[in-house]
Amino acid sequence: MTSTAGTVPVVDPGDPGAPGEPDALVDVAASGRRRGRTAYLLMAPAVLWLALFFVIPFYSLIAASLYDPSGSDEDGWRMAYAFGNYVDAWQDYWQPFVRSIAYGGIATVICLVLGYVLAYAIAFKTGRWKTLVLVLVIAPFFTSFLVRTLSWQLILADDGWVVDVLRFLQLLDDDGRLLATDVAVVTGLAYNFLPFMVLPLFASLDKIDHRLIEASSDLYSNPVVGFFKVTWPLSLPGVVSGTLLTFIPAAGDYINAQLLGNTNTRVVGSVIEAQFTDANQPYVAGALSMTLMVVIVGMVLVYVRRAGTEELL
Amino acid sequence: MRWLREHLVLILGMLVLLYTFVPIAVVVLMSFNDPATRNVYRFDGFTLDNWINMCGPETEGMCESLWLSVRIGLLATVVATAIGTLAAFALVRWDFPGRSSSNLLIFLPMAAPEIVLGSSLLALFVQAGFAGQLGFWTIFIAHVMFCLSFVVVTVRARLAGMNDTLEQAAQDLYATPAQTFWRVTFPLVLPGIFGAALLSFALSFDDFIITNLNSGSETTFPMYVWGQARVGVPMQVNVVGTLMLVVALVVVVVGEANNRRRAAALTK
Repeated sequence: MTSTAGTVPVVDPGDPGAPGEPDALVDVAASGRRRGRTAYLLMAPAVLWLALFFVIPFYSLIAASLYDPSGSDEDGWRMAYAFGNYVDAWQDYWQPFVRSIAYGGIATVICLVLGYVLAYAIAFKTGRWKTLVLVLVIAPFFTSFLVRTLSWQLILADDGWVVDVLRFLQLLDDDGRLLATDVAVVTGLAYNFLPFMVLPLFASLDKIDHRLIEASSDLYSNPVVGFFKVTWPLSLPGVVSGTLLTFIPAAGDYINAQLLGNTNTRVVGSVIEAQFTDANQPYVAGALSMTLMVVIVGMVLVYVRRAGTEELL
Repeated sequence: MRWLREHLVLILGMLVLLYTFVPIAVVVLMSFNDPATRNVYRFDGFTLDNWINMCGPETEGMCESLWLSVRIGLLATVVATAIGTLAAFALVRWDFPGRSSSNLLIFLPMAAPEIVLGSSLLALFVQAGFAGQLGFWTIFIAHVMFCLSFVVVTVRARLAGMNDTLEQAAQDLYATPAQTFWRVTFPLVLPGIFGAALLSFALSFDDFIITNLNSGSETTFPMYVWGQARVGVPMQVNVVGTLMLVVALVVVVVGEANNRRRAAALTK
């Protein structure tokens, strides 16, 4: 993101009132960036907004997770540093929690396979239709998330053609079903978050110098070996950001689990939502929310380290 | 056979693309559905009724929720785009202590699951004594918060990819910094800002998880659909889904045509 480095100072867009002084008066950093207080004025509104409505809420959430569980909305909540809330929440809700991570993980793998094929085809095989196909990839996802998830209800319904075909092929028992199963939930997740995978993958595949791939085939590598030795390693940054961008929202989502699943496919997201609103147990919701965040951040760090692309963050 | 092997990847890719359109085809189809009963979600017969009577009695509350989503979407987009663009300029064009931590702060909301963002914001509102005032403004605050990062990232990418030779030329020709900014820099960044605004609106309009927690008694369009999903959604919901797709495609096509015209004008 620092490709603007140049030798000549850039204009000062934030200080339009200044007279046209010669550049010598401006202290220019080696990167070609200006120094000065104007930057803080430009950053202030965004930083303030995020501080107030993203950072501070985190503290509120931590506080809520440590409330004395004997409180209530009427009597008020007392801070008790009740770390036991985390243990209790885990014991009661570890199943939805693990389910969320598993659904998110499986959906991410499916997205990676489908998304890689699609992104590869767009980057290398569509030629001058590239932009058009890219628009077509994003287009379906402009329809409301909930509406397109509901349409999966129809596609996977017991009397739908998908179930008919699978029953005919004996891949599904005669009374087997898809809707209200784990399969349906994962299908919905893998569908809804596909663009989050395709776009970063495409961005890194599109940057690959075709001459490198040609060179590998000139040196008698067969296409499969060439792919794994040249294309795949070069596309790793896209793989890493794509899997993260897919996994994080997929693990936190509960729309798919609720609309396409059943009571046995409950995920941690809906538990948190219910505990905060209907059940009035903010400490349970807070503890689960924090645990989810910590687990996801931990998994992301380990994963990014192992993939060796730390500079991504 | 040889042909098949050469085009295998392209064919597979297009099959995936086709797959992404299956649910959309269902949405469009169902927008013309004449349902026999509301509880069973299947195609029973063709009708234009859903399109003509979009805000009829059987969709009570839907058009109000749609209007609320549009208002919040527009307002959140304007604010998020404005303050996000300023921040993007600072991050690309300035060097200042705290720059990398600012980058991290901008990045983090995109890495947090929505349920965590939503529940922490609700915890803040409740603790600050706003539990009874949840509604339009709390939704607005939440939407600006999660749109902001996407705006910064989009505008920053545009700015970083920009060549500054035109700006140097303007300065060489004795343009003041203000003239250089408004006549050269800003028009060049505008497509990025426009893209960021579109993305913001789409994100805001479609958000459910964060909104649902912070909306009080207000109902946005996604919340309306959620509520109706338990009892069977009216087919008009699919009309809205189809319209959103059409509007998005029109915006993209017009934007692309605009870009081409500009590029053509530049090379003349």
